[in-house]
Amino acid sequence: MKAGIVVFPGINRERDMAIALAQAAGSAPRMIWHRETDLEGLDLVVIPGGFSYGDYLRCGAMAARSPVMDAIRAHAARGGAVLGVCNGFQILIEAGLLPGALLRNASLRFLSCDCWLRVERTDTIFTDHWQRGAVFRSPMAHGDGNYFADDPTLDRLEGEGLVAFRYVTEQGEATTTACRNGSVRNIAGILSPNRRVLGLMPHPEDLVDPLMGGTDGQPLFHGLAAALAA
Amino acid sequence: MARDVNASLAREFGLSAEEYGRVLSILGRTPSFTELGIFSVMWSEHCSYKSSRVWLKELPTKAPWVIHGPGENAGVVAVGDGLAAIFKMESHNHPSYIEPYQGAATGVGGILRDVFTMGARPIANLNALRFGDPALPRTRNTIDGVVRGIGDYGNCVGVPTVGGEVNFHPAYNGNPLVNAMTVGVAPANRIFLSAAAGIGNPVVYVGSKTGRDGIHGATMASAEFAEDSEEKRPTVQVGDPFEEKLLIEACLELMATDAIVSIQDMGAAGLTSSSVEMAGKGGVGIAIDLDRVPQREADMTAYEMMLSESQERMLMVLRPDREALARSIFEKYELDFAVIGTLTATGRIVVRHRGRVEADIPLEPLADQAPLYHRPYSETPAPAPLGAVTDPLGVRASLLRLIGCPDLCSRRWVWDQYDATVGGQTVRRPGSADAAVVKLEDSRRALALTVDCTPRYCKADPEAGGAQAVAEAWRNITATGATPLAITDCMNFGNPEKPEIMGQFAAAIRGMAAACTALDFPVVSGNVSFYNETEGRPILPAPCIGGLGVLEEATQAARIAPPAGSELLLVGAVAGHLGQSLWLREVAGSEDGPPPPVNLAAERRNGDFVRRMILTGKAGACHDVADGGVLVAVAEMALAGSVGIELDAPEIAMPAHAFWFGEDQGCYVLAVENAAAVLAEAAAVSVPARRLGRVRGEDLKLAGGVPISLGELRAAHEAFLPSLMGG
Amino acid sequence: MKAVVSVTLKPGVLDPQGKAIAQALHNLGFSSVTDVRVGKRITVQTTETDPAAAHAQAEEMARKLLANTVIESFQVEIVP
Repeated sequence: MKAGIVVFPGINRERDMAIALAQAAGSAPRMIWHRETDLEGLDLVVIPGGFSYGDYLRCGAMAARSPVMDAIRAHAARGGAVLGVCNGFQILIEAGLLPGALLRNASLRFLSCDCWLRVERTDTIFTDHWQRGAVFRSPMAHGDGNYFADDPTLDRLEGEGLVAFRYVTEQGEATTTACRNGSVRNIAGILSPNRRVLGLMPHPEDLVDPLMGGTDGQPLFHGLAAALAA
Repeated sequence: MARDVNASLAREFGLSAEEYGRVLSILGRTPSFTELGIFSVMWSEHCSYKSSRVWLKELPTKAPWVIHGPGENAGVVAVGDGLAAIFKMESHNHPSYIEPYQGAATGVGGILRDVFTMGARPIANLNALRFGDPALPRTRNTIDGVVRGIGDYGNCVGVPTVGGEVNFHPAYNGNPLVNAMTVGVAPANRIFLSAAAGIGNPVVYVGSKTGRDGIHGATMASAEFAEDSEEKRPTVQVGDPFEEKLLIEACLELMATDAIVSIQDMGAAGLTSSSVEMAGKGGVGIAIDLDRVPQREADMTAYEMMLSESQERMLMVLRPDREALARSIFEKYELDFAVIGTLTATGRIVVRHRGRVEADIPLEPLADQAPLYHRPYSETPAPAPLGAVTDPLGVRASLLRLIGCPDLCSRRWVWDQYDATVGGQTVRRPGSADAAVVKLEDSRRALALTVDCTPRYCKADPEAGGAQAVAEAWRNITATGATPLAITDCMNFGNPEKPEIMGQFAAAIRGMAAACTALDFPVVSGNVSFYNETEGRPILPAPCIGGLGVLEEATQAARIAPPAGSELLLVGAVAGHLGQSLWLREVAGSEDGPPPPVNLAAERRNGDFVRRMILTGKAGACHDVADGGVLVAVAEMALAGSVGIELDAPEIAMPAHAFWFGEDQGCYVLAVENAAAVLAEAAAVSVPARRLGRVRGEDLKLAGGVPISLGELRAAHEAFLPSLMGG
Repeated sequence: MKAVVSVTLKPGVLDPQGKAIAQALHNLGFSSVTDVRVGKRITVQTTETDPAAAHAQAEEMARKLLANTVIESFQVEIVP
């Protein structure tokens, strides 16, 4: 798998993502500064977490309008795989690659804690190393992760099976208290219609080493490495 | 601004008549307005340490692993594998009182710059916060602003906030304490210092533009608050963590080349202190052309530019043939880059603006003749012994009250707003171990980090309190299995012109020095914050200690959650000391008595034993005994592990409340598999140890079988901050 | 009636958000942009019917809550 991590000014989880990808793929991903526009040869483009442009104006708004985004759109249009985590998810939404919006957390405070996620479908390059309905733990850390979309959009997402992960209790129930940021229908991550673009708020890349508390996040990266192996 | 410069203006600038006389004799003439500004900030308490220097030199600062002690931007210690840890703690108390959000945020930004200016990538932030009476609305606003400010800045720059402490006391009603610590890591042979060198080399300004932010912040930090402090508000700076993140990346990229001769951040007193200190340390002169300084506002005067405390700026001296390379890196990050001067052989700082020389000061006397005060001091009277105190509540109810009180309740509401995992190296997050543990990338090693102080002990007996603060930091690091290496200190005290405050300071230093020496735990960096008073009422003195230790194998880091089936041992001598304890304050309603004594020899012996038990795998978990005593430590272990614990009645001749809630020092609770073997090992090295109980069942069962369900315990522990702060 | 309170950073106070937006606008080709400052617009519905009284009340609200007068200034506009 040839993976590239796009770094916008203010992105800060690129190192975490590089560790997780290198661990799964066996080789270090390419780091791509946002002014580059050449994504040739990449199987997977990752937009990691952080605070691109300080999260000023709207989270992800300015990064979504920078030169490399046209290249990412073209990559996605060719069927290339795109993963956006946290700020990366916000950027994909601002760029129109995924629907909806990410609002301020319902508590109006930054939330840094562990959450439990349920895998909603497994026939994707991102999730096929999990069992359907599997529940895994993941750190999350964001101020604007409250997923919102209008009802027709939500119904379409659900109807087409494009909800990838939901916030649940440790036992797998999608309760209100399990969804601390207030996301509608407990949505934590969504897919594009061709299921090659995934955006999610939590940080599975920060839970890929027993030393850091667990390996719950590994299936995402192992799944990608297996699916995108040359 | 065009006012006559004379002794009375100097007085307004915070210079005494004697100090102003010294300025006149150094210059041989009346200073210009700008020169007076430069002298006033360089000779302020904040920059010159004029009241504290004579005492600070009593602190031990050397050890074989210390690479740079006090005097640089931050302390540097070798941590193995060719790596160095670079760390410092600094106060931002006064700005945080005036504007809690920006004050706290810029405090984090400032301490980050102190660390990355030396070549380190920051890997962890910690903080020590002390607030007033939580019942006051003003306190809630301060908590809200400070926690948001720290979180928003640290989260945005992508440095995990991994630990800290939060206390409350009415003595902080008008003067909260916000102490921020940053730890960074660099190759030990790639440390960047501030001493300028190379006559003719360019002096380069990078980062944000200069505005009128925080002018006279350094002198504000050196003045006691009066009622009119609301009027001093416009001087507070605004932080831009996005800019800081870019500055970190640009500086680290440039530091990987050979372009930098020396570098320093522009902190308090901005361009003045950075240029004066860099040239002064290097024994060279410096010429600055203010017309070349990137400016955010029109018509700034020389005085304003020299004293501005605009954030996210650095000053560096470059090799002349590397200027183009350096410029290209800063342009990549869309940061300002301007050559604003050169190093000269004059030994003077010469500042030009619009064709005029606005300042021309010899550097050596500016530093050497800085005021140094042997202020009068009076020793704090020894507190009266505490008589017998009866238990009005009983052990069960006391525990529930203590575990939910403001000083012991869960800090989850605070931690949940700090990103603790960014970087992917956080081995022990807040609450899971006595110190935060952060792994070093590409190494098996990890750092153990903690921040500690018990101000109520320091108030009652500053010498014992100073020793206790150092010992507790050492103990918390030890309780993770790490070897303590060095500390940074952040000394928060009242007005040093009062003998009783100076007496507190001197005694605290004495206690700290004794503990540092006994524990091989030198001071490598620090900061003094005086004048923490409002309308003459001083704070509880707080010599906050930021401690750093190293684990050779990150995998060996202990946690406080005890493994199922383990037995609990109490290591250390229990005397049931209740003076100044939280039990005394929260249950018996008194703040009397002496603080617990610190026996440094026993501290060392007990800690070395505990560390050995952890590193040899004989102890599966460890928690030190601190605020609230043995029972609070045990309850915290039960909550951390979500396990039941069954306690035995202590076979010891003292009241139950003294045994369970006394705050004796040098004590640890160990969870072990083979209690008999560990007790035998303890006896062999004369370390007191006794059986305490075992991990069993679903509840915390007190001696005598009185149960408290974990649900009830957790509800009591978690309630306070969310209900105070509204969720 | 309705009071519209516009809250902006005082002149001279650093506006990190405005600065980043200005840079992004440059990157999008809006090279004539020299400065961007970001503010908030807060609309307050009130039962007050006297414009002068509504104005005075809104100013008080701004001073007490809506604006952080340490770093922000405000303007009040009354709309019937």
